[in-house]
Amino acid sequence: MKIVISLAAVLALFLLAWLGVGVLDLKTLFGTVLPYVALALFVGGVVYRVVRWAAVPVPFRIPTTCGQQRSLPWIKQSRLENPHTGLEAFLRMVLEVLCFRSLLRNTKAEVRPGGRLIQGSSKWLWAGALAFHWCFLVVLVRHLRFFIEPVPGCVQLVASLDGFLQVGVPAMTVTSLVLFGALLFLLLRRLVTAQVRYISLPADYFPLFLLLSIVATGLLLRHVVRTDLSAVKEVAMGLVTFSPATGEGAHWLFYAHLFFVSVLLAYFPFSKLMHMGGVFLSPTRNLAINNRAARHINPWDYPVKVHTYEEYEEEFREKLKTAGVPLEKE
Amino acid sequence: MYDGGKVVLGLALFAALCTSPMWVSAARGGGGAEAPELELPPPASGKCVRDGAWMRNSHMELLNSWRDEVVREGIRRERLADGREIERSLTQTCLGCHTDKTQFCDRCHDYVGVKPFCFDCHVDKAGG
Repeated sequence: MKIVISLAAVLALFLLAWLGVGVLDLKTLFGTVLPYVALALFVGGVVYRVVRWAAVPVPFRIPTTCGQQRSLPWIKQSRLENPHTGLEAFLRMVLEVLCFRSLLRNTKAEVRPGGRLIQGSSKWLWAGALAFHWCFLVVLVRHLRFFIEPVPGCVQLVASLDGFLQVGVPAMTVTSLVLFGALLFLLLRRLVTAQVRYISLPADYFPLFLLLSIVATGLLLRHVVRTDLSAVKEVAMGLVTFSPATGEGAHWLFYAHLFFVSVLLAYFPFSKLMHMGGVFLSPTRNLAINNRAARHINPWDYPVKVHTYEEYEEEFREKLKTAGVPLEKE
Repeated sequence: MYDGGKVVLGLALFAALCTSPMWVSAARGGGGAEAPELELPPPASGKCVRDGAWMRNSHMELLNSWRDEVVREGIRRERLADGREIERSLTQTCLGCHTDKTQFCDRCHDYVGVKPFCFDCHVDKAGG
């Protein structure tokens, strides 16, 4: 049911784009208004969420148990697992953000026949996530050719390296295929593994379907439908230079692609995709573990009004005495 | 806000990256919003081997199939739908009309950042 809702939502978006551009020809709405609104929501929303997070005090450094904390000089410290200085914590963050080390540590528990519980390393999620994120980045960089004029050399270099297999014209790019494959894998993982399926929500399926639709429409536009790229770049450059163009000659499927991207951008700050910003604010990752070396004062300590027992006794002295309660101070 | 300096720096970097094409474009004077005009051959040189709108999107497919069939099967000539017979040749047939590739091919290719490898091997002047 959860998966059907998500799939239906993405299909509805596709129909909306087809109806909007393919039938009603609302190119200004889908090609200019919605992308601007989506970008504003994306940047504004991410800033808002990050500022809200940053407003929460994290007084105590949380040591995770996977590495030896700095201790006596003859005990070897695990500098990346349990950083003591800001630089070491920074390096841990670099590895976390670029290589997803937390996912690398993913384990899998299984009950074998006879009731024996075994734990093992499970690298599939890490591999799928790494493939997806890096390919997505490369695809994003390749798309800069539509947003910058003249096209920078580095973008063209990335594109030519990506298409170096020279399969077909325009050349099939490796990252697009890996991106699609990785997304399918991440989706299948949720469907096939019973435990993961049990905890999966529409909010997990919807982004996957949305991303799959973006990649699918992109691949179709490049290899099957073949829209007029000059018109596409006119639309993109129109957005960039604030002189909107309608992009006469661009296929309606291009507007569906653009609409999916707009929805992704607008949806981003309000969804689990905010892990993009959140990873930088993970207290267990981004703080140096120096609880025993430096004192961290709790910022929400408040001058609490207390009523001590002495004061209490003073206040009810007569009543206590009448009731025969033994008093501290006669 | 805690660690305000770092958070603001990070968010500023994020916002700058998201809007970077706009800044780059503004710094370069805001050009490039219009697709380049192509220099078409004079009408006297006749009709193209396919419909113009189709060629705009799919000429690479045609050239690729020509290459494969000419090189692998030796089919050098083709009878068009309107009865004309043409030679399947980039240099002789295409460049025969579109004489200057810098005024035709390169304009769109440069605009959308496409680098075809046709002229790695082919000469770019007809009659060569």
